[in-house]
This record gives sequence, C-alpha cells and structure tokens, in this order.
Amino acid sequence: MMLHIVGYRLRTVWATVAALVAGAGLIVVSGGDPLAAYRALFAGAFLDYWGFAATLVKLGPILLAALAVIVPLRAGLYNIGGEGQIYIGGLAGTLAGLWLPALPGPIGIALIVLASSLGGALWAGIAGLLRAARGLNEVIVTLLLNFVAVHIVSYAVSGPLMAEGAPYPYSDEVPPDFRLPILLPQSDAHLGVLFGVVLAVLIHLHFTRTTQGFALDAVGRNPRAARYAGIAVGRQMLAAMMIGGAIAGIAGGLEVIGLKYRLFHMFSAGYGYDGIIVAFMAGAQALAAPVAALFLAGLQAGAGIMQRAAGVDATVVDAIQGLVVIAVAASLAWTRRPPRPPAKPLAVQARLKEAAR
Amino acid sequence: MIDMIADTALLAAAVRLATPIAFAALGGVLAERSGVYNVALEGMILVGAFGAAAGSFASGSALVGLGAGMAGGALTGLVLALLVVTLRVNQLVAGIALNLLCAGLTAFSARLVFGAAAGSAPVAGFTGDPLTWALFALTAVVTVWLYRTQGGLRLRATGENPRAADSAGIGVFGLRYAALIASGAIAALGGCHIVLAQVFVFTEHISAGKGFIALAAIILGRWHPVWGVAAALFFGLCDAAQLRLQFDHPDIPYQMFLILPFVASILALAWVGRQSRAPAATGQAYDREAR
Repeated sequence: MMLHIVGYRLRTVWATVAALVAGAGLIVVSGGDPLAAYRALFAGAFLDYWGFAATLVKLGPILLAALAVIVPLRAGLYNIGGEGQIYIGGLAGTLAGLWLPALPGPIGIALIVLASSLGGALWAGIAGLLRAARGLNEVIVTLLLNFVAVHIVSYAVSGPLMAEGAPYPYSDEVPPDFRLPILLPQSDAHLGVLFGVVLAVLIHLHFTRTTQGFALDAVGRNPRAARYAGIAVGRQMLAAMMIGGAIAGIAGGLEVIGLKYRLFHMFSAGYGYDGIIVAFMAGAQALAAPVAALFLAGLQAGAGIMQRAAGVDATVVDAIQGLVVIAVAASLAWTRRPPRPPAKPLAVQARLKEAAR
Repeated sequence: MIDMIADTALLAAAVRLATPIAFAALGGVLAERSGVYNVALEGMILVGAFGAAAGSFASGSALVGLGAGMAGGALTGLVLALLVVTLRVNQLVAGIALNLLCAGLTAFSARLVFGAAAGSAPVAGFTGDPLTWALFALTAVVTVWLYRTQGGLRLRATGENPRAADSAGIGVFGLRYAALIASGAIAALGGCHIVLAQVFVFTEHISAGKGFIALAAIILGRWHPVWGVAAALFFGLCDAAQLRLQFDHPDIPYQMFLILPFVASILALAWVGRQSRAPAATGQAYDREAR
C-alpha cells in the first residue's frame, strides 16, 4: 500500500516534469527563454514575500476545490461542479454575512462558513440526487449546473444584492467583524488557507478511521459488493456529492470574507476546474492534495511575474496546466495492477447480480 | 402576419444557434456508438473554432479556416484515442483532461497568432450558411452509414460488445481510433460554424458550454444521430427563445433567460432518466487480455 502510494507520487512528479518540458517548448516557440521564464516564475511564486502571499491567496480555494473533487471521487463519482458550488457557496456566505445581526467575530465567521457549506452542499446535492434516483451521469449535470450558478450570482449582484451607487455589479461589504484575519502582514494572504489544510487532514482521517469513510470507499471500489455488504449505495453517493459540494461552498464563502469582502460577478477564476487538476495530481489522496495545490497555486501566482520579468505571455501557464493534467492522466495507464483474483464460483456471481438489482 | 415572420426569424435563429451543438452531438454519437464516452466535445469545439479563426486569419479564406479547424478537431480526437484506446485511461478522466488542455492551449496560441489581445481580429467567413446545410447532409450520411452499411454495423457491435466483435474478426482498436478522429473533426465543425458563420472572431472560451449541452443532447437523442441532432435543435430553440425573451422583457433580469438552455438540458435529462441507455460497452476500455 505504502509502496503503491510512493509509486504514484513518483509517476505524478515525472508527469509534471514532462509537462514543464513541453511547456518550455511552447515558450521557445513564442520566442522566450524557458530557463529565465521558469526561474522568474518559481522564484516569484515561492521566494518573494509578496509573490508567496499571492500564492497563498490562490492555494486556499484551489486546495478546497481539490478536496471537493476527492471526496466524491473516492465514492466513484466525478464532481466537475466545483466551480458552480463555489459560486453558490459564495452567494450563501454573502447573504449570511449581510443579514446576520452584530455578533462576536468568530461566531459570525463560523455561521457564514456554515451557510456557504450548506449552499454548496445543496447545489451539489442536485447532481447527487439525480445520479442516485434517476441514474443520470453526474459529470454532465455538474458541468451544466456550473453555468447556471454563475448566472445566478451575476443576477444577485446586479439585482437584489447590488450595492447602492455601485459603478458595476457588486454587493455591499460584509461587516469588518466577520472578515478573516490576515496571515502575512501587509498582504492579501488570509487565514482561509488553514481551512484547506485542516480539512485535508480531517478527510484523510475520515477515510482511514471512520465507518462512513469506509462505506464511501467501498462504494467507489465496487458498488455491487458494497450493496451486497448492506451499504445504501444511493445514499452514500448523495452524501459524497454533498460533502464535496460543502467543501467547495466553503471555498466560495472564504473568498468573500477573506479576500474581497464583497460578492462580485465572476469572483472565482476557475478554481473549481483547478481543483480537478490537483485531485488528479494527488491521486485522490487528501494528504497529497496540499502539495499539488501549492504547485498549481505557485504556477498561477508566478505567471504574471514571469510575464513582466521574462516577457513570456502569462497564458502559457494555462497551457502548462493542461499539459500537466494530460500527462498525469496518461501516467495513470502505468498503474501496476494487482494480480487478478480467481474467478468467483457461479453461485456467488449469481447472488452478486441479484444484489446489484 | 407579423407573428409569422417573427416566428420564422425565431426558427432561423434556433437553427443557427443549434448548429454547433448539433455538430458536436453528431460527433459524440459516433464516438459513443464505438464504445467511448467523448466528454472532450467542448474542447473539440474550441479547437475547431481556434483553427477556423487562425486558418481564415492567415489565408483570408474561410475554406482554409474550415480545413484547419477540422484538422485540429481530428488531432484532438487522435489524442483522445491514444489515451483511452491504447493507454486505457479512464474515459471521463481523459475527456476532462483534454478539455482543460484545449482551453489552455487555445488561450496561449491565440496570443501567439493574433497578438496581444485575447481574441482575433474579424476574419473572413462564409456568406450564407453552408455549414448548416452540411450538418443536415452529414446527419443523413452518418445515419445511413451507421444503420445500413457493414462498417456501421461493425461500429455498433464494437460499442455493444467489443469482445464478440473482436472474435468476429472486427478490428476493435482501429474502428475506435477512426470513430474518435471522425468525432473530433465533426465536433470541430461546430466551432468552425461559430467563427465562420456566426461571430467571425475567436475569443477565449468561445465554446461556452455548447459541448456539454451536446452531451445532454446525445442522451436525450438516445445515441441516434437524427434524434441527437433533433435534441440539439430543441436546445437551440431554447437559446433563441432566450434571446427573444430578453429583448421582449427588459424588465425581467436577463440572467433568468441565460440559464434557460442549461436548465432545459438538466430537466430533459431528468425526464428521460434511465430510459435512455448508452451502448453497453461505452465507458470501458477494451483489454484483449482481460478475462
């Protein structure tokens, strides 16, 4: 098991290196110097105070979005709806932040985070319910719901929630008491990143130490066997999607109370999709997600610095991200398969089939 | 009388807006009939749109753009085939990864080809809408091929039971490669239509979810080319109605109308539910040596 995980990590590292090499090719094509560009990018993202603060600002939501993919993935479901869940979570968090009475800061923040997670969970629950009850592919439903969520937030900030006299659509500010403390002085880096790290550890413990985590895993590994073992597969699927949605929803809420203090149209820069990349890189292991998320956050935060220092267009990072995820996907082909167990006796097969109905 | 003219205009708009979705759905039906989920339709539309804009931009000819767009789509299909047929990567994972790659590569390439601005300058397009006529012709060709020829029978057999097809001497791997390359080229036609017959420019993320709506159209059309295209036309009608309603009801927030095609897709899917069944082998890699 341990060896398997190490093998996986190594494959991801090689895949990432391959993607960076291919990205270097793109930089050369665009007339830049790849070594200078990468040096500027990574030094800017990790060694510079302001650059690292920018990396942390992106790390929080990307990590949470990755965990939102990982939990359902362990139950065999593909949650591609992180982006939409972030939007609905941000909306719910903003509503709570604006409507809550004056409360001590920590209590207010806790309630706002709770509201965002509820928003995200309910939004993801639509896809979970349609999957469990109607057999609909959750990939398609979550993808479609993303577009709906973005338009709902757009409506909210240009209509009922729009701040008075605002030049373009945004909501009122949440009260100062309900804002997250700053982590690195003088910068934008806020405490939200800790939520992601703590949740990663909690999710790891959940899958390794609790019955519900085991049940989710069992559903993901073999739904038929899980049903045979008495696990309510449909209910576990719904739960997995809702937990994922809740985590993405928190990411949305934290963007509001940690970074911008108000709700904007298009406030998430595709973090939901970044989360998918990180989840693949981490091999659906919650404890590996922070490392992969740090890499991706640094890549994005360093892109602008690279563009200024080395004259290479920042969108090359978009292409590199795509290359990383393709390389990681391709590397999955080299999973060493466990030896095949002997075929089950026919009687057992028949009972499994019966149980699957 | 005025109503009638207005409705003709509405239908024309519906067909125009539906064409990209319909091309993608048609390509998707081919792929999924061969046993491969093609979640990468969105990326294929995007690559098609970029290729069309770049080709037309460089040459001044819409036909060159069309060729470049289709070639880009075919190449995307080839990469998908490499991942899911040869390397046997999970088909959903490969499709999602390919969408992200297409989004990143087209965004970067757009800067290279068109300069600093995020999109292209206006490019030469078609006069009239030959691509929509091509769509109807292609739908007929695909339908006849799929249901009335030996090749089509083999493709469907490959999607239902690759092992049996293999035993009968059908080249499962070659057929799936061919189906995915064709699927990419056809879906890319949708992107070509957006650029060469609708907006005449390329911008990042110009596909705007049409590939995902096409996935819904495939299910709604029960993996039949004609019904898949018909479902795409229904979603196009929702889109056209959305634009019309926005214009007629400025008092209602326009976002309520923008979500219409997406909500219609989800409701339609929930309605057909389990009644719509994918070809039996769709989603599984064919491993000759597995038991």
